[in-house]
Amino acid sequence: MMANLPAEITSLLPILPEIVLAVGGMLLLMLGVFAGERAAGFVHALAILLLIAVGALVVWLPGDKLVLFGGSFVVDAFARFMKVLALAGSAAVILMSLEYMAAQKQRRFEYAILILFSTLGMLLLVSAGDLIALYLGLELMSLSLYVLAAIHRDSLRSTEAGLKYFVLGALSSGMLLYGCSLIYGFTGTVSFTGIAQAAGQGTGTAGIGLVFGLVFLFAGLCFKVSAVPFHMWTPDVYEGAPTPVTAFFAASPKVAGIAIFIRAAVDAFPGIASQWQQILVFVAIASMLLGAFAAIGQHNIKRLMAYSSIGHMGFALIGLAAATPEGVQGVLVYMGIYVAMTLGTFAAILAMRRPEGPVEEISDLAGLSRTNPSMAFFLAMLLFSLAGIPPLAGFFAKFYVFLAAIQAGLYMLAVIGVLASVVGAYYYLLIVKVMYFDDPAEEFLPMPGGLKAVFGVTGLFNILFFVFPAPLVAAATVAAKSLF
Amino acid sequence: MSWPILSVVTFLPLIGALFIVLLRGGEETYRNARWVALWTTLITFATSLLLIWHFDPSLAEFQFVEKQPWLGGATAYHMGVDGISLPLVILTTFLMPVCIIASWRAIQQRVREYMVAFLVLETLMVGTFTALDLVLFYLFFEGGLIPMFLIIGVWGGPRRVYASFKFFLFTLLGSVLMLLAIMAMYWAAGTTDIPTLMRHGFSPELQKWAWLAFFASFAVKLPMWPVHTWLPDAHVEAPTAGSVILAAILLKMGGYGFLRFSLPMFPLASHDFAPLIFTLSVVAIIYTSLVALVQEDMKKLIAYSSVAHMGFVTMGIFAANTQGVAGGVFQMLSHGIVSAALFLCVGVVYDRMHTREISAYGGLVNKMPIYAAIFMVFTLANVGLPGTSGFVGEFLSLLGTFKVNPWVAGLATLGVILSAAYALWLCRKIIFGKLERPELANIKDLDYREIICLAPLAVLTIIFGVYPKPVLDLSAASVAQLVENYARALQAVAP
Repeated sequence: MMANLPAEITSLLPILPEIVLAVGGMLLLMLGVFAGERAAGFVHALAILLLIAVGALVVWLPGDKLVLFGGSFVVDAFARFMKVLALAGSAAVILMSLEYMAAQKQRRFEYAILILFSTLGMLLLVSAGDLIALYLGLELMSLSLYVLAAIHRDSLRSTEAGLKYFVLGALSSGMLLYGCSLIYGFTGTVSFTGIAQAAGQGTGTAGIGLVFGLVFLFAGLCFKVSAVPFHMWTPDVYEGAPTPVTAFFAASPKVAGIAIFIRAAVDAFPGIASQWQQILVFVAIASMLLGAFAAIGQHNIKRLMAYSSIGHMGFALIGLAAATPEGVQGVLVYMGIYVAMTLGTFAAILAMRRPEGPVEEISDLAGLSRTNPSMAFFLAMLLFSLAGIPPLAGFFAKFYVFLAAIQAGLYMLAVIGVLASVVGAYYYLLIVKVMYFDDPAEEFLPMPGGLKAVFGVTGLFNILFFVFPAPLVAAATVAAKSLF
Repeated sequence: MSWPILSVVTFLPLIGALFIVLLRGGEETYRNARWVALWTTLITFATSLLLIWHFDPSLAEFQFVEKQPWLGGATAYHMGVDGISLPLVILTTFLMPVCIIASWRAIQQRVREYMVAFLVLETLMVGTFTALDLVLFYLFFEGGLIPMFLIIGVWGGPRRVYASFKFFLFTLLGSVLMLLAIMAMYWAAGTTDIPTLMRHGFSPELQKWAWLAFFASFAVKLPMWPVHTWLPDAHVEAPTAGSVILAAILLKMGGYGFLRFSLPMFPLASHDFAPLIFTLSVVAIIYTSLVALVQEDMKKLIAYSSVAHMGFVTMGIFAANTQGVAGGVFQMLSHGIVSAALFLCVGVVYDRMHTREISAYGGLVNKMPIYAAIFMVFTLANVGLPGTSGFVGEFLSLLGTFKVNPWVAGLATLGVILSAAYALWLCRKIIFGKLERPELANIKDLDYREIICLAPLAVLTIIFGVYPKPVLDLSAASVAQLVENYARALQAVAP
């Protein structure tokens, strides 16, 4: 069948998943527009199927490393790994949102469409091979996210979160573009391979102008993954946005952000690794410490998860700071496990519903171990896992990044990291304490099916990961090797 | 052995826990949960006895070895026991049914969760002693924090939240540094396989740092002065069976860690840091004994005496000669039995009177003759009277230490005198004298369930005291090899 098509079309094969996602998203948009709000549930279901189909396409795509459009679109094992992760995160979030949106009388089909387009942006971002593709993917992703944050258009909190995110996001995009223009100005090229050749390949040094550009580029990327010192938007936006959207923010965009962070650092600036390593060491330490200490005083569980995600990005960046294949492998394992843990935790947060509406204070979880033992157990295990206690999945996530840090000789970073993880354990324990040691509060409504599915799968993955860690670790190893 | 007996012993409790989780219903399932837990622990104990049966004490190597690929590459699922870990495995499986029986009446709330937590804890404890891979070891070692945290926090006393957090965070803080050291060792040796690492011979620089990191973890766990402060809190707040497990098994993980990792893998650092250990041990023995003297809470008194007794263990281990190490191993076993029994004894009167104040009791011998007799046996074992197991361990540790450093041994002997002071004082206060308090007038002597718990412990205390040879023989070959390798490693660098 393939042979009968003209070469111009078969050569587009590497980007087929993105094309399918874009066309599918637009078709669903049409469907939504013509069928109206009644079709919202149908659109949501189709969107999930579409994401799964695209995921299958990504896995199925033949070939090791495919390059398209003169190097601005790259499909390698690394891109595949991150794409599958982002797609899985998005699909799970839509599944988790169904009940919430219905209960809030917010059955808008646009919600799923925006997630689809945002995910499309992520896929493009993950495969970006030059600065232009990077910016295009990043903006498609971010613009959809701004609207998503404000999707409760009648809610003050939601619109405030959307606006805040937009203003700060635009600022960071500006910084990123400024960095890109500096890099282009000092290297004369936008492609990562070209930059790599121009930027101190072999000499290990670069001009001050190029380093300036690098810093601005990294500042923009730090904003997207909410790493300190560009994290300020995170707690407010996480708290204000509707909870399913918060879950989405915490999962897929982080995957894409970390992916492009790695690709930009490793593909475009391998020659001056010693320069950006310092930046990342600082960012990682600052994020871990802030995530650990600032979360302690929080009462709102969404805000707490915001600080927790800042901390987790710090841990993930440890692996990149090592600047080795082992380090990147560590980051990939970390992101895989992080997405599962985050989605599971947010599924539990979404299940915190009382007859009068959703609640989000930590004290609302009081005595959950008696009113709903299985939810309390799985949530407690997820929290222990986020704290990095073995034998849960979160331990392995931290294990691999620290392993890489030790190999790279970043002892100070590793020691501060493990100490921060002990401080972080304190606030996760506080939630476990509320659930297990305190007297029961009012019961929650029963957990809806979609949430149960996500919660159960991520919960079991989290607990049983240690039995079969090999598949994820092996996939991450292959993915990391494809970059070096 | 054609079947993986160590894995069976390790994971059997987990199957029992799964079974209890699947029980459906309200309070009527509590009875079933108790019985399932009891049978699971008894079967596990019986299976672990097969280990002794098939164990060849003349070999120093690891036996019943199982190896399966696990994390890919150099980290494998590797299990095995030698003469040092086998006694601790048996101690664990032996004490678990005792704990379940001791909780039979005392725990009336959320019994299913309680039994599940204990069974999971058993798997993790046994796994800690049988793991032959550092990552696997760390998994079991740290994993134990979760069930213990819940046991203290859910079923504990009034200050349970404070105690459980302190326990968790103290131990975690110590352990994360060890994790980094494990990683450094992995990059230096290319594997996390314990038998391989024992033969590797790390550079002196790495030995120093790794030793300190492992020390941070084990010193907190053991616990050594001055990081022992979590122990009295955890002991006082934990339910009786929780205290038993803490004192009898969890503390031993620290001693086991020193024996399994610090001495064989970092012999040079162990030699260099031995004075530090001796100092801390002597301080622990004397200082905590003095602290124990002024306690008003029975559990606290025994907790402090535990710290003092573990001081003998560390002292003996780092004397690094046959007597010292054998004494350390024996003292761990003996303390496991005696401290477990003492906490059970406190639990017996606590269940009746709901107070642990020493001043609330007195003259119990008049109403509880059996209890008085048993309590006396364990008090004397705690003091280290000849003829009880406590004597053998302390004597061998002191003997070993004396060969290395007579001063340390001399000072530590002071601790023996002090332990006699506080233990006998406790015994006199609550057991002897006139029965003056009116509320004690109707106190009942031990029932059959409590006798089932305490009698085997009393018998073992005396048997091991009179005839310690079987236990010493069990670990002799492994201890001899450990000491020999240690001496050889030191000689290799000596000028």
